[in-house]
Amino acid sequence: MQSRTISMQINGKSYQEEVDVRKSLMELLRELGLTSVKQGCGVGECGACTVLVDDIAVDSCLYLAVWADNKAIRTAEGECRGEQLSPVQQAYVEEGAVQCGFCTPGLIMASTAFLEKNQGKKPGREEIRRGHAGNLCRCTGYQTIISAVEKAAEK
Amino acid sequence: MFPIEKYYFAATIEDAIAALEADEKARVIAGGTDVLVRLHGGNPDYGCLVDINGLDELRQISMDGEGNIFIGTLATCSEIIEHPLVQEHLPMVVQSLETIGGPQVRNTATMGGNICNGAVSADSACAALVYEMDLLIRNSKRERIQSINGFHTGPGRTVLGRGDLFTAFCIRPQKYRNMGASYYKYAMRGAMDIATIGCGAGVRMADGAVTELKLAFTVAAPTPIRCPHAEEAVLGKPVNAETLQQVADALLEDVRPRDSWRAGKEFRLHIIKTLAQKVIGQAAENLGGTL
Repeated sequence: MQSRTISMQINGKSYQEEVDVRKSLMELLRELGLTSVKQGCGVGECGACTVLVDDIAVDSCLYLAVWADNKAIRTAEGECRGEQLSPVQQAYVEEGAVQCGFCTPGLIMASTAFLEKNQGKKPGREEIRRGHAGNLCRCTGYQTIISAVEKAAEK
Repeated sequence: MFPIEKYYFAATIEDAIAALEADEKARVIAGGTDVLVRLHGGNPDYGCLVDINGLDELRQISMDGEGNIFIGTLATCSEIIEHPLVQEHLPMVVQSLETIGGPQVRNTATMGGNICNGAVSADSACAALVYEMDLLIRNSKRERIQSINGFHTGPGRTVLGRGDLFTAFCIRPQKYRNMGASYYKYAMRGAMDIATIGCGAGVRMADGAVTELKLAFTVAAPTPIRCPHAEEAVLGKPVNAETLQQVADALLEDVRPRDSWRAGKEFRLHIIKTLAQKVIGQAAENLGGTL
């Protein structure tokens, strides 16, 4: 099968990979060891595979790996600096917004993109809900997640 | 991995057209939020792809000196929603695209794909119909202008033929100026859902009377539709409860809703009548009128 050679940044590090054109970005990232990227539904409904492509949140399961050529990818692994969690990650911990954890990396990236887009604003809970409509969580009931985003917005 | 059998990454528009012409089974992949879902489900009709994501000229959103607004077919829903030209002149486009999927889907899905996919529920279809958008389509011989009226020929079917590449929407100033517009998507959930019924209206008025109504529905017939009988019924009348009732009655000549697991025919008809009144009222209000 065909492949294309692509260059990309993943969490600030340069990669050059020969990629099978049939592969999703989710599959490529997991093969490269970035297993925070989860396969949930595989059809763009659950958001567990959310990563940022040039700072925009996308479902990496519905994104061809070859489209990452010349793009900068961010995953949950890259959000902490050493032992230091990002403000979003820290807020999730403080608000107890994590239960089984499967949806968490995708939600962290969705929240990160949402807050970067709303920088300097104080989004309301309804707005936060709408901004996270593409991520499912079957444990928490969402209240603590929304509280975590509210808290991170204040930082 | 997606069951892609043949894949071509187009470097230019001409290149894409040549690839689409060369293979009868070739299909365009744009944002991928429909095509990749079908491939994930093993649909064999999507195995041969022409990828147009390298064609940055198709991402442009612009206005020319005459006020024609162009939206490239590869512009994502989010890019369109956030574009100042669209926000200022085409509020109903913003309103409809905001109802599509969730943020991640809107960040990759394109309005061009939403229209070409041909779904009877396409959220952008009402806006395309109300603003009477022209579709710029190119093949190896010429570029042609195809109205959105008549573009959809059946569920999942359009007039696009072999070797056709849809490059941009063109919205004429006489189709969007001095018009109040509104859209409402009735669905089971507030996000990540497919419309049970979608309704869009554009209203123009003079001296308190309607001079023009454009009323469009999704999921009310085998394709997204305009409603000529209902549009005719309000001409020269004020937008009040009596007129809106006449619209609801006239609508029965225009729509053909069906039974599905999502909703029954009778219920859909009820929603259609209710939404028409609500959305026309809102469009008139957006124009500065009152009920």
